[in-house]
Amino acid sequence: MSKEWPLWEVFVRAKNGLAHKHAGSVHAADARMALEAARDTYTRRMEGISLWVVPSASITASDPGEAAALFEPALDKVYRHPTFYTIPEGVKNI
Amino acid sequence: MYTTELSDKGKVRAAQAVAEDPERLAHFDARVAADDFIEPKDWMPEAYRKTLIRQISQHAHSEIVGMLPEGNWITRAPTLRRKAVLLAKVQDEGGHGLYLYSAAETLGTSRDEMVEALHSGRAKYSTIFNYPTLTWADIGAIGWLVDGAAIMNQVPLQRTSYGPYARAMVRICKEESFHQRQGFEIMTVMAGGSAAQKRMAQDALNRWWWPSLMMFGPPDDNSPNSAQSMRWRIKRESNDEIRQRFIDATVPQAEAIGLEIPDAALKWNEARGAYDFGEIDWEEFYAVVRGEGPLAKERMAARVSAWEDGAWVREAALAHAAKHDARMAAQ
Amino acid sequence: MASLFDHALRLGDDSLILGQRLSEWAGHAPMLEVDLALANIALDLVGQATLFLKLAGEAEGRGRDADALAFHRDVLDFKNCLLVEQPNGDFAQTIARQFLFSAWQELLLAEIARAPDATLAAIGAKSVKEVAYHARYASEWVVRLGDGTEESRRRMVAGLDSMWRFVDELFDPQDGAASLRPAWDARIAETLRAASLELPKPRRAVTGGRNGHHSEHLGHLLSEMQFLQRAYPGATW
Repeated sequence: MSKEWPLWEVFVRAKNGLAHKHAGSVHAADARMALEAARDTYTRRMEGISLWVVPSASITASDPGEAAALFEPALDKVYRHPTFYTIPEGVKNI
Repeated sequence: MYTTELSDKGKVRAAQAVAEDPERLAHFDARVAADDFIEPKDWMPEAYRKTLIRQISQHAHSEIVGMLPEGNWITRAPTLRRKAVLLAKVQDEGGHGLYLYSAAETLGTSRDEMVEALHSGRAKYSTIFNYPTLTWADIGAIGWLVDGAAIMNQVPLQRTSYGPYARAMVRICKEESFHQRQGFEIMTVMAGGSAAQKRMAQDALNRWWWPSLMMFGPPDDNSPNSAQSMRWRIKRESNDEIRQRFIDATVPQAEAIGLEIPDAALKWNEARGAYDFGEIDWEEFYAVVRGEGPLAKERMAARVSAWEDGAWVREAALAHAAKHDARMAAQ
Repeated sequence: MASLFDHALRLGDDSLILGQRLSEWAGHAPMLEVDLALANIALDLVGQATLFLKLAGEAEGRGRDADALAFHRDVLDFKNCLLVEQPNGDFAQTIARQFLFSAWQELLLAEIARAPDATLAAIGAKSVKEVAYHARYASEWVVRLGDGTEESRRRMVAGLDSMWRFVDELFDPQDGAASLRPAWDARIAETLRAASLELPKPRRAVTGGRNGHHSEHLGHLLSEMQFLQRAYPGATW
């Protein structure tokens, strides 16, 4: 068993209406400790209302090398892309 | 100054050439040149990764060791307000260390590895923290000069190329200006106080001035890796440029509170629009880098003790978590 | 019945001395995250001390402010309980001290928040939230250390044992705190159960702090804390 406290990623929601934003990480032996460490480290200026802590090992991330497949529209699906619809001049908010 | 190559004089090696895909390298260099940010899972040259790990962890170590000279005076702070402010500052420094360790860990190193590197002497920390805090005025001098120097270095790093590092620097910069102000306020009050206080303030300035200038690192012609670090946006300006800017900003501050910079050669140069200043003793700097600073042993001993004496605590927390998880699983 | 001055002084001194003790940990904790937590608690306590001592000075009406009270009284005039002036020892001893004290302080401040004096009540109300966090933090560590490894258990038992003789003083009927005992006993028992620890054996109480008769520790603590103000009387810092 590793002797190091596991790493947890910290997400902070500064106020209602906003989404949780990744703030960094802390080391903690358990979830409660992680929450407290996150509070002490990332909300010392009382910046946070809601905190999420997630074991770093639980996060699945996309590989930037796959970005083309996951995020760019395939060339034969251009109809999804809003820039391919012409909107008349002067029409706002669309 | 955290970008400073704290290698022993004469032993700086050029970044090792590793056989890497030239197309990937070119693409990487182009992204960095275009002010794009590199994020944790992006491909990056090995030298970039290694340089960043060294630089970020060195910065983190500096914050942690930096808690000691100031921590030395919390119990003796002369008023309740000063005690609270100093506690908050030292707490901030711990927090900054945490942000930076966290950023370094995204590059594939671990906290334990970095701590081991520090304790074994392989990893360095800023030379400035090897000097002793002898009077309360030293606390003022550290806030004013050392944090002042740090700010000069940190502000440009908010746009360094590595995302997690840049974001950590943004957080740190937000908190740093309070540090410098509280230090300068201490010096101002003492410089304008009793004869004994004024003496302490001047004495602190005399001892902290030159080591503060050394924080920016040696003249850049002694650092072959500087050019590469600049291209990669890990280092934004030359050591000499930032040092000059620091001197030009700080001299008038000292004058404003009636303290004298301990440099007989200090003189405003109208043609340059900057202060000429005396020779820095680089032998002292390299001696401190080598581990011969006045309090090098004590600082390291304190950190090693804290870590070793605390091993049973860390183990207990893990053991308890494991027991707890086992119980939950059995339910 | 204690005057507002006496009352506020006692509350302020408890927070001040404990805040001072916790400050000694800065840069020396077992893990950086713990350094931050202890500094946070210390900061809360110093903040409380400042408010309580300021109120005490005003109630006294002789022109002493919080700093005058903190830095210019000698041991006979300090009214903190003996528990808070005990040395940090190892982390388990520090946690034992915090656990026993914060559980008590939280109950006490909840009552203070209802005090007739508006300022005192306001300080109580503000502080009770912070102290709820301190109490919880300390309890969690009692459980981790008590139910962790053999070594941590041994140290936690030793820590609680060394602090136990200072518990009765917290509930001195003269302070009006006797009514807090049952609730405090229940909280302590609950945490110790979760930690698989037994209640320390009853023993002879050591008291005197509320009357200015302290342990040998306080003199040294004050020497360090008060040095600058004593060495440079009248100076502004």
